[in-house]
Amino acid sequence: MAPPIARSPRPPPRAGRPGRVGVGPWEAAAGLRPLRRGRAGERGAGRRGGARRTMAAAAAAAAGRARRGAPMYSQKDLTSKKRDEFEDILEERRLSSDLRYAMKCYTPVIYKGLSPCKPNAIKSAVLQSEQVQYVIKQLAKEMGESPDIIQEEAVEILDEMGHSMQLGAVRFFAFTLSKIFKRLFRRVCVNEEGMQRLQHAIQEHPVVLLPSHRSYVDFLMLSYLLYTYDLALPVIAAGIDFLGMKIVGELLRRAGAFFMRRSFGGNRLYWAVFAEYVKTMIRSGYAPIEFFLEGTRSRTAKTLTPKFGLLSIVMEPFFKREVFDTYLVPISISYEKILEESLYAYELLGVPKPKESTSGLLKARRILSDNFGTIHIYVGQPVSLRTLASGRINRCPYNLVPRHLPQKPSEDIQEFVTDVAYKMELLQIENMVLRPWVLVAAVLLQNLPAMESELLIEKTLWLKGLTQTFGGFIEWPDNLCAKKAVLSGLALHSNIACLVDGHVVLHDKGVEDGAIGEVVFKRALAVLTCATYRNQLLNVFVRPSLVAMALQMTRSFRKEEVYSCFSFLRGVFSDEFIFFPGISLKDFEEGCFLLTKCDAIQTSQQEIYPTDKGSVIISFLSAMFRPFLEGYQLIFRYLSKETKEAFTEKQFIPGVRNFVFHLLEKGNTQCYEALSSDMQKNALAALVHLGAVKKKKTCQDTCTETCGCTTLSGSWCRGWMQALAENTGRPAAGAQTRTCPSSLKQGRQRHVLHQASSPLPLRNCCC
Amino acid sequence: RQELLKWNGWGYNDSKFIFNKKGQAEFTGKRYRLGGMILPTFKEWIEKTFGASLEHKTTSRASLNVNDVPPSIVSEEFLQDLRATKISHSQDAEDRVFRAHGHCLHEIFVLREGMFKRVPDIVVWPVCHEDVVKIVELACKHNLCIIPFGGGTSVSSALECPEEEKRTIVSLDTSQMNRVLWIDEKNLTACVEAGIVGQDLEKQLAESGFCTGHEPDSMEFSSLGGWVATRASGMKKNIYGNIEDLVIHIKMVTPRGIVEKNCQVPRMSTGPDIHHFIMGSEGTLGVITEVTIKIRPIPEYQKYGSVVFPNFERGVACLREVAKQRCAPASIRLVDNAQFQFGHALKPQVASIFTSFLDGLKKFYITKFKGFDPNMLCVATLLFEGDREKVLQHEKQVYDIATKFGGLAAGEDNGQRGYMLTFVIAYLRDLGLDYYVIGESFETSVPWDRVLDLCRNVKERIVRECKEKGVQFAPLSTCRVTQTYDAGACVYFYFAFNYRGISDPIHVYEQIERAAREEILANGGSLSHHHGVGKLRKRWMKESISDVGLGMLRSVKEYVDPNNIFGNKNLL
Repeated sequence: MAPPIARSPRPPPRAGRPGRVGVGPWEAAAGLRPLRRGRAGERGAGRRGGARRTMAAAAAAAAGRARRGAPMYSQKDLTSKKRDEFEDILEERRLSSDLRYAMKCYTPVIYKGLSPCKPNAIKSAVLQSEQVQYVIKQLAKEMGESPDIIQEEAVEILDEMGHSMQLGAVRFFAFTLSKIFKRLFRRVCVNEEGMQRLQHAIQEHPVVLLPSHRSYVDFLMLSYLLYTYDLALPVIAAGIDFLGMKIVGELLRRAGAFFMRRSFGGNRLYWAVFAEYVKTMIRSGYAPIEFFLEGTRSRTAKTLTPKFGLLSIVMEPFFKREVFDTYLVPISISYEKILEESLYAYELLGVPKPKESTSGLLKARRILSDNFGTIHIYVGQPVSLRTLASGRINRCPYNLVPRHLPQKPSEDIQEFVTDVAYKMELLQIENMVLRPWVLVAAVLLQNLPAMESELLIEKTLWLKGLTQTFGGFIEWPDNLCAKKAVLSGLALHSNIACLVDGHVVLHDKGVEDGAIGEVVFKRALAVLTCATYRNQLLNVFVRPSLVAMALQMTRSFRKEEVYSCFSFLRGVFSDEFIFFPGISLKDFEEGCFLLTKCDAIQTSQQEIYPTDKGSVIISFLSAMFRPFLEGYQLIFRYLSKETKEAFTEKQFIPGVRNFVFHLLEKGNTQCYEALSSDMQKNALAALVHLGAVKKKKTCQDTCTETCGCTTLSGSWCRGWMQALAENTGRPAAGAQTRTCPSSLKQGRQRHVLHQASSPLPLRNCCC
Repeated sequence: RQELLKWNGWGYNDSKFIFNKKGQAEFTGKRYRLGGMILPTFKEWIEKTFGASLEHKTTSRASLNVNDVPPSIVSEEFLQDLRATKISHSQDAEDRVFRAHGHCLHEIFVLREGMFKRVPDIVVWPVCHEDVVKIVELACKHNLCIIPFGGGTSVSSALECPEEEKRTIVSLDTSQMNRVLWIDEKNLTACVEAGIVGQDLEKQLAESGFCTGHEPDSMEFSSLGGWVATRASGMKKNIYGNIEDLVIHIKMVTPRGIVEKNCQVPRMSTGPDIHHFIMGSEGTLGVITEVTIKIRPIPEYQKYGSVVFPNFERGVACLREVAKQRCAPASIRLVDNAQFQFGHALKPQVASIFTSFLDGLKKFYITKFKGFDPNMLCVATLLFEGDREKVLQHEKQVYDIATKFGGLAAGEDNGQRGYMLTFVIAYLRDLGLDYYVIGESFETSVPWDRVLDLCRNVKERIVRECKEKGVQFAPLSTCRVTQTYDAGACVYFYFAFNYRGISDPIHVYEQIERAAREEILANGGSLSHHHGVGKLRKRWMKESISDVGLGMLRSVKEYVDPNNIFGNKNLL
């Protein structure tokens, strides 16, 4: 067993601090250790990765780094954003023994304040903790039961939940995953500087890893990565569904997964035990904690809006000053081709996801013969929670109540947690790697059903420039020429598109024959799969694009009007794309700035003009987001016409799906993406936000009621839907001919008017 | 008395740390047990801890430059009136500067290298209550500003003159009001003039076989009136109580008149206790002239002690248990590892080979045999007082508890040295200042369950802030749990760093101190346990006692002193 030898010749990067001269005894105290990985002898070849970097020259914007409030809003560096270089970690695995790798001497760097303990010690600490004991006593009193019984229950919960990390299981995974990853992926690229920063962070403070979630591979890959770099393995919050898998569930548990039920809002004991379990690990610095802000795998490759529960739990020890600080580390994992992509498309179209099972996993092994290209993992800069919170948290609530009592977080805490969640997602998005195919997909989707390949290549190259201007992180393999890049993308994604007679067409075999319904379904599959690639661009493009759309829709050059339209669209799409809460104006300015930068518009104090050259960009941008606009219109039409006053969420998805399906069959619309259940849910959520629809809990099911009276919400929906349709310059299929508001603003005024004049009691309608 | 004391540093002129010709540290003078002794390991400790070097030295001005002192502006009418009262006074520059400051770092720094923007215009020395009444009347008549001055040991900028004060500032020095007026042995009380300095008070009471038992670390210099005005706390409060427990009656002269009670009783239910407006008023309401204070017979027997713990956590747990069982000795303090090592560095050269052998043996036993990590262990120092028999019994009880928390008895000598150090530690800052090291102490009180978190976080915050502000060497950042209560503890921090390479060390220092205080508050600690608020910590008063609370204090001030005669601008 060869002991791992220091690998990196680079000195660990240290931010130069102003005023510091020379190196004092500070360094000695930091306990530095060079980052290491695998064996030293094999590293020469790995170097060339350095040249591969594509710099997003002006990452300008790094879309959406504008923050609300002083410390959260960082004045961004608009001229240059430097990103780290990538290294391929599989390369080494291809050259040396996996067994030896799995059996290597693993002595990870750990938190400096850690007194090592076994997983079971954590469980008993949780059980004995004042927090859990308090809840147990409370419940015992309320339910008139003996505390022992409830304690028993708590033990069961802990046993179901707790991980039992064992080095043996880790080594098993290290070995098998090496084998599997080498077959599945061409390369797994990691920014080593990020790993270095992570190494420092882990030693300094408790660390929370926040990766993006596109695939089940995410957490396996991340643990694999930390093992490779000799860092403390994370404990991972996993869905309870995994426990349904025989053997695999237990294996995951031993590799550091702990399991949380999907919903436990009402169960106070469960909540107490779970929260305390997580917090105990944070407080002791036992291991980095890893969970997914998005809560579930994004089926559309578009970042999902964040969930806040777990995040607020991991932040609490800091609020209560039980730890000095906590590092939040955004991690962006981008796949050239997602393992589950076809499954996702089916799911979006309403075919239920297969239950996690071991047999299912074994059946899925045929994918081993496929090639899934390259994975890029970008470990972002650790963000200090203390820095984020400075000046924002009123400390009083935590000082006046004993810290072990369960306490509902105050409003400013909740707002802070929300802000942090969005900030972390925006940081993830910023460092998501975009492959050429993403650009190809975006171009192709605007030119269905077929596109001449030369034109496609030319457009792709054009889009590359635009993406870089907008701060997208493009990784163009080995300086390949555009043609080769597109072709190699086509080769990898042969399931989506192919080259026929010099034309690139979407791959929809069997469309010609078969019933009309089947044709629509097949087509939708192809479009949705293709869209998952274009979707990776959307969060980078969303601000300038919404400005572009607003420009087209208002048909006015007055900044004020464009902004009001922009901010309306932003509100409507707030669940579809990631916007930092409450900074509509900053987003608008950023969008305008980016459009100015690519010479698409010119702005003056009061007005915004598209330039001559800019019309191409503007129409491209709004076409990129048109599927969403049209999709939302269809969904609102369904709501305003087809539904009764109240409906359950369960009825909504199939209802709207059928509605859209019929329209597609009749050829009344071409918007296949409206079939996506993701879009349908987001649209509904947006209506709830906007107050057009109200959510009510009923005893059996969550029931969604359209606002107060259907006529009101209906006319409102129709009103602005038509406003949208009219202003996009394309008539929405099946749009009614009626006197429609000439501008969006009017549409909204109408709505307000309706409210005022309506005889119905509008108090209970949350518009 | 002014003659005996340093004009630009702490304490007596003849007592200070120096490096002798051989380069060894030495403490001069004969006033303290450490006097005249050589401290062989101290130099190394300084160099190691601060990265300071004996070659790099700063020197203070040798004496005050009288020409720099702002001129004294006093109206002739007032002077005439004052002369008529026959109260002694002075407009001498040295006298005025001496009373223009307390002992905050920035104040000492100014003395060494600059000049205050505003100092008192005149110093008056009343000798009795009636004199004070006359002075306050004159001040009201002429609309002057009075700043009462006791021992001058304030560490909250309370004595600094507000720069924008346009009126004549009268420094009312109470030092001549220093008599014990009477001792009532039946009720065990004594009535004392407020200007008396702690150690004189104890000396005079001792002649009759009594003591107050109130021993703040500054008791050699601080005055009874000062204690009352800042809500002082004494080392032995576990037996004797803090100032609010000791005081039976207070007489104070205010612009409205004299405030006092009609009787001298242990307790009364007559609305909110007016003493509590006076205690902690920090000279904003009037001059405390006479105080009746509880006294006790001098204890028959005193015994020091010390306990070594494997780490700070165990030590705190032990103190908590001692507090829970309410068996705390007269004093019990727990110093963290850094302070333990610091204390170690101040060990004088041992006289005989035998002692040094014994020390070595002890060290071996603790670190090797008991497995204590010398970089983790910490020490509690103890002081027992009372009947011999009871002390021994008490001692056993405390050591038994300590054993449960992994503590090992570490001898009387270590304990005694620990307490001696608290008196000389203040002298160290002056030595540090000569070698680019600046430092200060600050304190807080905190509930038991947050003690550990607070200590850790505040120390860490200091280290971080230093790093961020460009301090080149890791600072000394250390704490001790210095008092125990039923519901919490008082924690004392020491913090010092080497400021070479920093252009504005005082500013940096103040930023770090402020950050540390923010951290304390965020961790559920108080703004101050006994140093008071002064002007240094005013900014957090609102947060500390709420808007309404602040308004309550303000309304008292407005009633008692509507023209702001006592205009030192402390507290509110």
